[in-house]
Amino acid sequence: MVEIPEDLLRRSAEAKAKALGVPVEQVLAEMKGEGPPVEPPKIEAPVEASDKPEPKEMVVEAAEAVATGDVETITKPATPEPGDEPESIEPDVTEEEEPFEAPAAAVIPDEDAAAAEAEEPAAAVATMGEEETVPVAPSNGGGGNGKVAGLVSPRPSVPPAGLPEGVRTQRLLTVVKARAIQNVKAEPSDKVNTWPHLMLMEFGALLAITGLLVIMSVVIHSPLLEPANFNATPNPSKAPWYFLGLQELLSYFDPQVAGVMVPLFIGLIGFMMIPYVDKNPSTRPTDRKFAIMLYSIFLAGSATLTIIGVLFRGQGFNFSYPWRDGVFFDDLKDWVNFE
Amino acid sequence: MANGNGRTSLKERIKETNEKLWSSQVVESILRPGSPFKQGYSDSPRNRSYVVMNNVLYHLHPVKVKRHGVRLSYTLCLGGLSFFLFILLTITGIFLMFYYTPTAEIAYADMEALSTNVAFGSLVRNMHRWGAHLMVLSVFLHMSRVFYHGAYKPPREFNWVVGVILLFLTLFLSFSGYLLPWDQLALWAVTVGSNMAGFSPVIGDQVKFALLAGVEVSGSTLLRFYVLHVLFFPFVLVVFLAVHFWRVRKDGGISGPL
Repeated sequence: MVEIPEDLLRRSAEAKAKALGVPVEQVLAEMKGEGPPVEPPKIEAPVEASDKPEPKEMVVEAAEAVATGDVETITKPATPEPGDEPESIEPDVTEEEEPFEAPAAAVIPDEDAAAAEAEEPAAAVATMGEEETVPVAPSNGGGGNGKVAGLVSPRPSVPPAGLPEGVRTQRLLTVVKARAIQNVKAEPSDKVNTWPHLMLMEFGALLAITGLLVIMSVVIHSPLLEPANFNATPNPSKAPWYFLGLQELLSYFDPQVAGVMVPLFIGLIGFMMIPYVDKNPSTRPTDRKFAIMLYSIFLAGSATLTIIGVLFRGQGFNFSYPWRDGVFFDDLKDWVNFE
Repeated sequence: MANGNGRTSLKERIKETNEKLWSSQVVESILRPGSPFKQGYSDSPRNRSYVVMNNVLYHLHPVKVKRHGVRLSYTLCLGGLSFFLFILLTITGIFLMFYYTPTAEIAYADMEALSTNVAFGSLVRNMHRWGAHLMVLSVFLHMSRVFYHGAYKPPREFNWVVGVILLFLTLFLSFSGYLLPWDQLALWAVTVGSNMAGFSPVIGDQVKFALLAGVEVSGSTLLRFYVLHVLFFPFVLVVFLAVHFWRVRKDGGISGPL
């Protein structure tokens, strides 16, 4: 028989008394075998998970949760309500002293907000729980090490005396998926707080772009030509600069190819399909030479076409040299205007 | 309080009033826990989290981000800048809407009045125009950055698709705004652009007709482009932006380091 320290016995009695709503002395007496078995005020069937546990799932069996001191607030979801108590409550110190904080804290998925809030208290509880559990249940890792085995409480090595056959001293608290309850292998992540690290950076970028835009807008005036006139076609007529690459293509290919097929099938559908066509899982540039080459060709090609369209196309959309014939692009008409 | 001669100095009184103001019930009710403007704010991990969590704008962000993602050289802030330019364009665009009438008769006169009669009219119009060009550029560069980082790979495939849609919406937004000044540049650029759409196989004429609200650019086209520009495309863009930002978070934040 494992020797049970007096203070642990006392604490578990308190927890149970709180859960049942009976005086502590009564529970303590019963635990020491000096009093009659404690019956909860109102007996109901334990609430169990409705869906059947699948083979891949594991059952976390936990005794009455330890509700002492600081732990109480954290383990509140796992703390049984008085009405939920199973019929038989027997002293089982080995189990009772096992803190249940690990699932309670880890069940919260990796959602930043909730996790961040729980982060500090949870860590503190884990440390406390492990230290206190060691003398009582050395086989159990304190529930905090994340191993599957660590989450399943061992059966008590010595069945409590005076228990009828088949009466369980544990009850089903919850059924958890084998994988999702917590990250078993802690992925190394190097994270910093968004405030101030990221947000100061963003604020700087925001100020910089606003400043750039204001200065640009003071110095460079937007073009405003003569009023729209359907009878005076300008020579040449050019599209906005981001479509000039396409307009340039139009002078080499059939309009159906350059005006429709290229933007629709290469531009829209082709680009959307990139992630589904590129099956290479690596993101390292050395592993993606072909993809990078293709995209770079696209970049260089569209830049070349656009520059040709903007600068090197003159009257009748024929080739011209900007240094000889001037720039035929009205967006740049008032490019620099220090008025 | 005493500063030697028994009186309260002005500096001290200002400080006192300031403290009273910032700890008043009104200010307390506006600032949520963890706000750096709150009295007694201290730099703690908890408050750093609260700053992000308890603000309706900042909580687009996660509380923590990967360290490499904060480096300016990784993202060049291009996605954020595109979004910020969109906000700037919305603000300047609302300003311009007060002074603009989308009819063929008045539009050009409004544009002239904007640069002569309206305070800051010319500046705001320039900001709107150059901001639009910058936005097209930054969205495109953002896409290139994402490609070179391979950041479209699983689980981020769908967000890349949303991003391509956003690029096209940006182009449409810019293109529909191009017509609004109703000058020669606008008219003929849109004529060239919509002629390209007319080359669509089978339904080319119908596409062009729907785009121009007629067989050629006219006053109806102006109204159509105006509504598309100030309402339709921004609305659709915001919907896709929301999905885009949401998926960035759900797909595990910024992509890993190379």
